[in-house]
Amino acid sequence: MAISFTLNGKSQSVDVSPDMPLLWVLRDTLDMTGTKFGCGMALCGACTVHIDGEATRSCITPISSVAGKKVTTIEGLATDESHLHPVQQAWMEEDVPQCGYCQSGQIMSAVALLAKKPNPSDADIDDAMSGNICRCGTYQRIRKAIHRAASTMGGKAHSAA
Amino acid sequence: MATSSVVNRRDFLKTTTAGGAALVIAFHLSPRAFADDAEDQEEKTPNPFDAWVRITPDNRVTLILGKSEMGQGVYTALPMILAEELCVDWKQVRIEQAPTNPKIYDHGTGGSGSVAGSWLPLRQAGAAARQMLIDAAAKKWEVSPETCKAVDGEVVHGHPPRRFAYGELVATAAKLPIPDLHKVPLKNSNDFNVVGHDTHRFETGAKSTGAAKFGIDSRPAGMLFAVVARCPVFGGKLVSFDAAKAKAVPGVRDVVAFETKGRGASTTGGVAVLADNSWAAMQGRDALKVKWDEGPAAKESSEELRKQFLASAAKGGNALRNEGDANAALAVAAKKIEATYEFPFAAHACMEPMNCTVQIRPDGAEAWIPTQAPQWAQAVIAEAAKLPPEKVIVNTTLMGGGFGRRYQADFVMEAAQVALKSSGKPVMVLWTREDDMQHGFYRPASYHKMQGVLDANGNLAAWKHFQTSTSIAAKWSEKGMNDPGLGEFGSGATIPYATPNIRIEYTHAESSVPRAWWRSVEHSSSGFVVESFIDELAAAAGQDPLAFRLKLIGGDRKIPLLHEPKEPPLDTARLKGVLKLAAEKAGWGQPLPKGQGRGIAAFYSFNSYTAAVAEASVENSAVKVRRLVYAVDCGRPINPDGVRAQIESAAIYGLSAALHDAITIKDGRVEQSNFNDYEMPRISETPVTEVHVVMSKEDPTGIGEPGLPVVTPAVCNAIFAATGKRIRRLPIRSEDLA
Repeated sequence: MAISFTLNGKSQSVDVSPDMPLLWVLRDTLDMTGTKFGCGMALCGACTVHIDGEATRSCITPISSVAGKKVTTIEGLATDESHLHPVQQAWMEEDVPQCGYCQSGQIMSAVALLAKKPNPSDADIDDAMSGNICRCGTYQRIRKAIHRAASTMGGKAHSAA
Repeated sequence: MATSSVVNRRDFLKTTTAGGAALVIAFHLSPRAFADDAEDQEEKTPNPFDAWVRITPDNRVTLILGKSEMGQGVYTALPMILAEELCVDWKQVRIEQAPTNPKIYDHGTGGSGSVAGSWLPLRQAGAAARQMLIDAAAKKWEVSPETCKAVDGEVVHGHPPRRFAYGELVATAAKLPIPDLHKVPLKNSNDFNVVGHDTHRFETGAKSTGAAKFGIDSRPAGMLFAVVARCPVFGGKLVSFDAAKAKAVPGVRDVVAFETKGRGASTTGGVAVLADNSWAAMQGRDALKVKWDEGPAAKESSEELRKQFLASAAKGGNALRNEGDANAALAVAAKKIEATYEFPFAAHACMEPMNCTVQIRPDGAEAWIPTQAPQWAQAVIAEAAKLPPEKVIVNTTLMGGGFGRRYQADFVMEAAQVALKSSGKPVMVLWTREDDMQHGFYRPASYHKMQGVLDANGNLAAWKHFQTSTSIAAKWSEKGMNDPGLGEFGSGATIPYATPNIRIEYTHAESSVPRAWWRSVEHSSSGFVVESFIDELAAAAGQDPLAFRLKLIGGDRKIPLLHEPKEPPLDTARLKGVLKLAAEKAGWGQPLPKGQGRGIAAFYSFNSYTAAVAEASVENSAVKVRRLVYAVDCGRPINPDGVRAQIESAAIYGLSAALHDAITIKDGRVEQSNFNDYEMPRISETPVTEVHVVMSKEDPTGIGEPGLPVVTPAVCNAIFAATGKRIRRLPIRSEDLA
């Protein structure tokens, strides 16, 4: 039975098992590989997407639960390559990524944080970002990049999509 | 060639064969070993315009990389070296991963050796290409090449200058004789305008938009997804399986049993479920019924291993080093200090779980692999498919972390076997996090007994270090359990602290647990043991830990490495340099708030010098690391910001092992399974980290790993300064802080 939702601003319909996690629908059914598999148990945050604006671990989110909702993935943040989201821009300016595998999830968590708290404190960053593991240990640069993005966004909430 | 007492990658690799073809697998732990032998260099003198540099008529310069990118920054540092000698505008430069061809490239990426090993060869290649472009211009102008100059992608001649862009010259240049690489003039380092400057990484944009393609993102047309059921006990074998329910899962296409064997296999094989997507393959695996013969390893446990450690420590080991008479000094010592240190197994836990995609057709094979050793992967697939290696195209992808785990080929062996049974379709064998955690090659578990003697003046009268471990040598050295084990100490066998009596002893421990190179390898344990025990001795002598170290290091001298006599010796001036720099920047000796302590450590590894000062406190029986101040001397830094990034990274990787990580064994299997029971440091645990890079003019040395060995001792020495508690086993336990 087809399940319909909005994906990065466009309507999308998939005919898959209703218990299939959104992560695998994105990666294997739709070939949108920017969202990553890390643990399969919502422990690492590599699979973070937004569902109706909320940062959500797609690896434990059955596709049936997103029917009719708005899903935004890392691919949906930038309108095109020359118009990156300020968070992506900050990631580049601070040279955050090393291996880069976790960074889609980190960026999605950071964008969700800034949408709610345009000027986050270090404690706010700790709260919002502690679900995202980076094995390369880029945390210090992630913190700097979030502060930088907050500054360029002028303390105003910025819609992801 | 290095000594036979260590796991020598060159000896080991060149003698290993697969289907008659010599495998060139890089395994050594020293940076220089990842550069070619001199004789190999002679063999590998390809035209630089074939191997390293592609210039199109529109002046696009593409630099080609033979090494793999796992986050360590070779995609940027290596092209910087090439671009510097080639004299191109950095903004013109593109990069491309080289095809897997061990006849041209030295692919193996590990041992913190990429920059160190590529420094001279890439300079020579860039300089040769530059010379050929100059020669081409000189020919067109009919002038002497000596009167021409290469500047920012152009060859310039005369006043007023006339010029050719490289794109106008390349067709002619590529056909000219290749200069003698040993004689081609290299740039004066005073003229460097790329090397030594902070440079943004090439692939950061792709890694910030989701566009970057890792191995797991490979999607060749018609690909199937597979997951594998493996025996949970190391070395166990498949007896039988029932696939009826697995095949009933929607999307499952097939279920096949396969075997893996030979050096480098992590299991004996298993049962693969092939499906249209990863989820279906996982559901299919859950529905499998498999009977295993668990084999003799089912009796093994971490508890039993510890008993073995204690029994070996009581007996003493084989003396690998014995100068003076440490035993006699200990027997009569007025002031004797003893301590034991313990390490569990540790997993690499790369964020991208292991995966490998292979397609095997009768006439050739193609693979997409996140690998540190594409040349080994190529040989493994060639052997499985009974094809000559040149018929196997290996596409090296970006890696979501490597840390040594992806130097292995076990995951390639599996995928090749499964691909043989997929009717010519490409198949990705995907490991789940649990597979990755429970079927790895772990950092060895080890036990160290340290004994030291202080004389009346607080000098080090004797040093004795006994170690027993599930050694890497026993697993990988041709001598196996007969390998003396010197490699298990790394620089820990060559302490910089002067003493007339030193004795190093080692005993192998028996274990079926696969183990291999984990970020900084033996230095991860040696650094902690040596730099913790020297701190204990300083405390016993009633001396400041920094002053005590500097006193015992003494004057400027060069100490040959016991485990790597052909490698550059430990230069005490450079070691003292980083100690003093870290101390100065950290404000060593200045007061800290009550409850906080400062600790210091320094170590020589991968031919680089690192020192760290940690500030830590203990709150609610947990360690809080507040600040880390590093000083690092890795020779000439190619991309100084890349150096800082690697140190920041190694600090967190080291902290993970200090604060959280332990792989424990029960009934022959790993007890941990995912990040709930093998925890990673989070952003909230991240200390402020400052990295001070020495702007040396020495040749560059390793940087991916040398940040790690000092962080744990610096933190634990800070805990001692704050609380008076000594941490002697990892990870740090709350009961050891109480």
